[in-house]
Amino acid sequence: MRSVLEVRGLTKTFGAVTAAADITLDIAEDTVVGVIGSNGAGKTTFVNLVTGYLKPSAGTIGFRGRDITALSPRQITRLGVCRSFQIPQLFDSLTAWENLQVGVDIVATGSGAFASSAGGKSPEAAVEEMLARFHLEEWRDAPAGTLPEGVRKLLDIAMALVVKPQVLLLDEPTSGVSSEEKFGLMDLVLGAIRADRVTVLFVEHDMEIVRRYTQRLLAFYEGRIIADGPTAQALEDAGVRRHVLGDEPAGGARPAPQERPC
Amino acid sequence: MRRPDRTTVAIGAALVAALAAGPLLPKWALFLVEVALAKGLVALGLLLLMRTGLVSFGQGLYFALGAYAGGLAAQAWGLGDAVAMLLLGMLAAAAVAGVVGLLLARYRTIFFAMLSLAFSMILYGLLVKSSALGSTDGFNIEPTTVAGFARSRGSVYALAVVVAAAAAWGMHRFLLSPRGRLAPAIRDNELRVEYMGASVRAAVHLNLVLAAAMAGLGGGVNALAVGHIDPEMAYWTTSGEFVFVAILSGTASPIAPFAGAILLELLRSFAYEYSPNTWQMVIGTAMLLVILFLPSGLWSVFRARGRAAG
Repeated sequence: MRSVLEVRGLTKTFGAVTAAADITLDIAEDTVVGVIGSNGAGKTTFVNLVTGYLKPSAGTIGFRGRDITALSPRQITRLGVCRSFQIPQLFDSLTAWENLQVGVDIVATGSGAFASSAGGKSPEAAVEEMLARFHLEEWRDAPAGTLPEGVRKLLDIAMALVVKPQVLLLDEPTSGVSSEEKFGLMDLVLGAIRADRVTVLFVEHDMEIVRRYTQRLLAFYEGRIIADGPTAQALEDAGVRRHVLGDEPAGGARPAPQERPC
Repeated sequence: MRRPDRTTVAIGAALVAALAAGPLLPKWALFLVEVALAKGLVALGLLLLMRTGLVSFGQGLYFALGAYAGGLAAQAWGLGDAVAMLLLGMLAAAAVAGVVGLLLARYRTIFFAMLSLAFSMILYGLLVKSSALGSTDGFNIEPTTVAGFARSRGSVYALAVVVAAAAAWGMHRFLLSPRGRLAPAIRDNELRVEYMGASVRAAVHLNLVLAAAMAGLGGGVNALAVGHIDPEMAYWTTSGEFVFVAILSGTASPIAPFAGAILLELLRSFAYEYSPNTWQMVIGTAMLLVILFLPSGLWSVFRARGRAAG
């Protein structure tokens, strides 16, 4: 399978803190990849680096063979790498319909491949289709600032999808959603996204979600990838069990803090 | 053929009514409307900036440029047509905004407001110190023709009305366009706009140029109405008055700035007539009442009525 993202030696430091340490990986197209790790492990930093919000201290990021390391978030988006946010980033004074319309407008007034990704639909039809895909029709005319949190999450992801990405990074799509609603939300989100065969990377804390929806898993610990492989296999990794899942190692004693598996 | 929307119909109706009323209005009323429309044009540009989340305290820069560009062309090249003066003033203001906008588009909130004010005060200082431009006295302008026709009673009024209607309709169409719809999105969340693939800085820059073009037109109309240009047009209190008009009007409709400006001019005229020593207090009280009871501006009254009527 062809790779869509190629990350080589990606490193990011904030003073003495290393948030990403020599990360190297390839993401194959048309896959769903989970990103796990405890708080502060470097998951969101990784998403911020790939989408241009942060610039790496070292290393490169490629998208379909093109170096995108130095590009701005806008340029990266226009190439086809988009993201959603842990805290939904909406246009609060605009309605749900208008929020999506902004994305459709931007694609329509863009240039090159970005504009041609509009797919020949009328702007209204493109917005309607996205509302239907995410079951947001009943919220069409409600200002985004008044929407419930779960709906805001959905709209946030729909806004990332409406600009026709090839790779979509979701930062904790189920955070703030009740445990009963999580699976329904993920069914809806991945069903909507995968209809376009978009490659998905999503950051997640719930291992049941990860187990059910991802084909491959990246486990982060202190800025490093400590496990990378098929989901079921990666979840059995000793380092993942110890540092991400919090399992006690055999023999009962926890490892010393400075010990770093991988 | 698509039916025109309500705003287009309202602009068309206002244009016809204003042109029909022209011959019936006394001279003082013609002058009042001309000056109000000039200020309304500047406030129309401010409407676009305020929708983008920006408040400029320096639109006097473009207001003065619009007037001086036309006036100087009349003096230096013998340009005698009012329409040509207006177009020249609008282009000059837009061109200067194209340059200073490169810097202004990087700033937001109070920094944007103060930087825009600083640019207008630089022009004010230059004009005051420049004896070739009449220094603090300024100079008179007297166009001989309006769109090729000999100037007559009411011709500047008709020109001001047509220009204001055209500007309001043009702004209405822009606000409905994809680039116009980006303005409230930028006001709400610039980060998201960038992450949807649009350049916030380019959009803000474009809006600055459009707002400046409106202010340049307003300066030209004001110069034609008053027949005189002076550096006060670039002074910060003049810019403040435009912000006053924009807040009074609200940003809901491109018609609102003109309605607000006419109301303010009427209020000022009558306050000055009946309370010559405390007219500023009357204006200030009116502003206070609008902020307290109509925080979205006078136009929100029409919106509320529209909603109530279903």
